[in-house]
Amino acid sequence: MTDAVRSENRPEKRKRAISRRRFMADVARTACGVGLLGLGIGMFSRAGALPAMSIRPPGALPEEDFLSACTRCGLCVRDCPYDVLQLGGLGEQVPIGTPYFVAREKACVMCEDIPCVPVCPTGALDHDLTDINKARMGLAVVVDQETCIAFLGLRCEVCFNVCPVRGEAITVDRRPNPRSDRHALFIPVVHSDACTGCGLCEQACILEKSAIKVLPTHLAKGELGSHYRLGWDEKAKAGKSLVSPDLEHRYNLPEGMRYDHDGEGLMQEEPSPFEDDPLDTLNRGLDGGT
Amino acid sequence: MASYERLGADAIAVKGRLRAHKWLLLRRLSQVGILVLFLLGPWAGLWIIKGNLSSSLLLDSVPMTEPLVFLQMLAAGFVTPATTAITGVLIVAGFYLLVGGRAYCSWVCPVNMITDAANWLRQKLGIKPTTRFSHHVRYWMLAMVVLVALASGSMAYELINPVSLIHRGVIFGVGMTWAVILGVFLFDLFVTRRGWCSHVCPMGAAYGLIGKFSLLRVRADRREVCNDCMECFVVCPEPQVIQPALKGAERGIGPVIVAGECTNCGRCIDICSKDVFNFGTRFFK
Ligand code: SF4
Ligand code: SF4
Ligand code: SF4
Ligand code: SF4
Ligand code: SF4
Repeated sequence: MTDAVRSENRPEKRKRAISRRRFMADVARTACGVGLLGLGIGMFSRAGALPAMSIRPPGALPEEDFLSACTRCGLCVRDCPYDVLQLGGLGEQVPIGTPYFVAREKACVMCEDIPCVPVCPTGALDHDLTDINKARMGLAVVVDQETCIAFLGLRCEVCFNVCPVRGEAITVDRRPNPRSDRHALFIPVVHSDACTGCGLCEQACILEKSAIKVLPTHLAKGELGSHYRLGWDEKAKAGKSLVSPDLEHRYNLPEGMRYDHDGEGLMQEEPSPFEDDPLDTLNRGLDGGT
Repeated sequence: MASYERLGADAIAVKGRLRAHKWLLLRRLSQVGILVLFLLGPWAGLWIIKGNLSSSLLLDSVPMTEPLVFLQMLAAGFVTPATTAITGVLIVAGFYLLVGGRAYCSWVCPVNMITDAANWLRQKLGIKPTTRFSHHVRYWMLAMVVLVALASGSMAYELINPVSLIHRGVIFGVGMTWAVILGVFLFDLFVTRRGWCSHVCPMGAAYGLIGKFSLLRVRADRREVCNDCMECFVVCPEPQVIQPALKGAERGIGPVIVAGECTNCGRCIDICSKDVFNFGTRFFK
């Protein structure tokens, strides 16, 4: 009797044991497969950093936050009236489906009402940005001072003239031109406290390849050590000199010497080649060598 | 067992060709129609709906956000989304709570047309199941998607999610989309029957979870006249969901197909020559 029961039960039991074993194996297989896939996706997601020439739309959160907030819906792309923005495609370096623009191709024209921002459903483009001048999409940098024709002594100032924040984001600084010794260089200088990173300057640069480029701010900016104090700032803050008494700087030089850094240091004063009366100077050497 | 050649012949004989494909045709109309609505904007400047399935804006006023995308956003650490996204996800989740979670799959998702096509070709060519794996893989996938977002701090799955890739690719004209379409098609054609949508896709899994509670359900209200032709099991993308409702009378199981995996596609209604199935609510009449 017991034998009969056992023989009836055994295959049943064994089958159950086998099916349980198979079930466990299936679960393990699934877990491993899906786990590996997850690992792959995770690593893939970390590998693709935003290339330096791809600029996020105005108001975009810092890249890390942006990648968690942007649903890749393209609504910002749709509401940009100038078709500046595009979505990252498959096989591109920009994380797939996220919005960006390439300044040299089509720069942001800094719409006053910033239509691309409020349409963003999640706030990946920060809705608190209401003044386009406060946007910080990147930072323009005159990256190549060897080809920028302003540095070569020509008057260009195209980047300065197209800048929507002209005079604040870009100024033109005059410097002496050492090549001619009597002309000025009109050098474009970008100021990070006002540049929005719109890229209009990069788009407009007249070179074959732009000498001024908008870069992501973290690439463009240096950072002083926190212990640095700027004397002139401190002085302004204090409203008086912090070194007292504040004396005019003076050199104590021997008679007939002067200090001129451009002439590379200590110089002998030379008597002027000019006569007091300019006519005498001009007439010099005309009357037979006397 | 119904043979593929004869599949639907009875239904056509009884109900006529049109009524035997009623829900299928309506479904295709819906899938194509939604795609066309999205395309009218970029192609004809008619902005009825803007964006893509991840987030969109209907008539410039009704926001919609995809629940799994929203979930990934939270998991990735962005827990303070603007109200638009919150409203959007509530609208979408609420809608599918009414019409059936995976109604998204059979009535909206563009991938469904690809996988249906693959399945059709698979039947034509008589390709037998090769690899077999569990229907539950998708829930593992769903967990993985959330975990990866949590660990990487970004919507990592959206980098490979074929639903987003294909829809965005078509609407925004992004290159290489054909490769994803081909990939899904070949996967379903050769790897396993209804491989992507009924086994792997975590998005379908998420809608399936909504479907567990959704109001509109398919019911086998006239199950007593079932003549065991088994054709519903053949056409159903999730055949396992039919069994309890259709055959559970003796075990006291109600006629409602309660499993969240049912896509509310209505193919079972179409194919049944005895009109066993119908749409209804999950509650007893
Ligand atoms: S500010 Fe204007 S031009 Fe610039 S990205 Fe936004 S919508 Fe486009
Ligand atoms: S609108 Fe916002 S969520 Fe949509 S793609 Fe643009 S940044 Fe991303
Ligand atoms: S990117 Fe160029 S044009 Fe735009 S604000 Fe900065 S300096 Fe001006
Ligand atoms: S299972 Fe996924 S791919 Fe298939 S129809 Fe549903 S959401 Fe689309
Ligand atoms: S049970 Fe019917 S409605 Fe549900 S998925 Fe299967 S065929 Fe479609």
